[in-house]
Amino acid sequence: MLQHYLGIFVQSAFIENMALAFFLGMCTFLGCSKKVETAFGLGIAVVFVLAITVPLNNAIYYALLAPGALAWIHPSLAAIDLDFLHFLTFIGTIAAAVQIVEMALDKYVPSLYATLGIFLPLIAVNCAILGASLFMKEREYNFSESVVFGLGSGIGWMLAITSLAAVRERMRYSNVPEGLRGLGITFMLVGLMAISFMAFSGIQL
Amino acid sequence: MAVLNKEQREVLLDPLVNNNPIALQVLGICSALAVTTKMETALVMCLAVTAVTMGSSFAISVLRNNIPSSIRIIVQLSVIASFVILTDQILQAYMYDVSKQLSVFVGLIITNCIVMGRAEAYAMANGPIMSALDGLGNGLGYSIVLISVAFFRELFGSGSLMGITLLQPVTQGGWYTPNGLMVLSPGAFFLIGIFIWALRTWKPEQVEES
Repeated sequence: MLQHYLGIFVQSAFIENMALAFFLGMCTFLGCSKKVETAFGLGIAVVFVLAITVPLNNAIYYALLAPGALAWIHPSLAAIDLDFLHFLTFIGTIAAAVQIVEMALDKYVPSLYATLGIFLPLIAVNCAILGASLFMKEREYNFSESVVFGLGSGIGWMLAITSLAAVRERMRYSNVPEGLRGLGITFMLVGLMAISFMAFSGIQL
Repeated sequence: MAVLNKEQREVLLDPLVNNNPIALQVLGICSALAVTTKMETALVMCLAVTAVTMGSSFAISVLRNNIPSSIRIIVQLSVIASFVILTDQILQAYMYDVSKQLSVFVGLIITNCIVMGRAEAYAMANGPIMSALDGLGNGLGYSIVLISVAFFRELFGSGSLMGITLLQPVTQGGWYTPNGLMVLSPGAFFLIGIFIWALRTWKPEQVEES
């Protein structure tokens, strides 16, 4: 049993890394990776939000939206299929959850809010967050699997953005060809990192 | 192009090369690269994104005077999500196979920064017709990058275009050894990097200060 969860964790964090294998969260991945400090802060915020929203969306989907899910209210509602509403529901849940987390942090943990605060609104529209919820639905994870999956993909994303920021800090001393400066060379770097992360795909689980 | 005046033409054509959303503004790459291993999926994705960008820019522009600015992000997201649901249902009804291949990436159009960005930056301040043109232009600018990346990835990665074999691979008794890197994710990153390099060599004013 433990092995099963460990498998999901390793798969979501390394083998199918959100950023490097599925290109999710690329906008922030490229935009906020100039300094290790900000990249790490953003990474922690993503782990935090993913670990909350994926299980939350999982609970909502199987209690309200999945075909026949409404049967627990009244057996006559079993024929209703609200599956097509899942995009709207997921993004709504994410936006609301991010807002609540932000307010709670501001009130109870001001020190953490000071570090994560500016990133939280940005994360509400990050593709990695919505993507994880959509993958959770597509792969039909149950509640406890979705907790592990959310945590694992968040940690994988954090690792990727922090290491990219570290490489980009070193890049400042290199003489890059003119047209390739900035965005162009960053894509090349991400490509090389993606190759190195592919080494994990040899892991047998 | 006699039907459009100069300003309208500018709004439509500017995002194609001079102000390309992917190459210059770094927007919307998220969902773009995963669907470019084949031309077919890339084309469908381009159509979907262009339709959603155009539709949501138009709708948000019509509503812009009635949206309270404190909740505008939520309103924009709901409008965009409704258009995406519409697109997804149409794809599932008429192009089921492609819709299965695109899997979660149709849904991810909601968080595509181009759609959100155009709604926030342009549609909230301009009229409906101009906003729709702006959405169309940005959708096309996105499509140019996507289609050219997909062209090279499919041609060199599997030796075919739109599913039709052009370079006979060795496995089927031909001469061409497919480049496996192209169908994997690193290939897409390298290609986009090269695309940006080529574009900036052609248009030197887009080069970033180091």
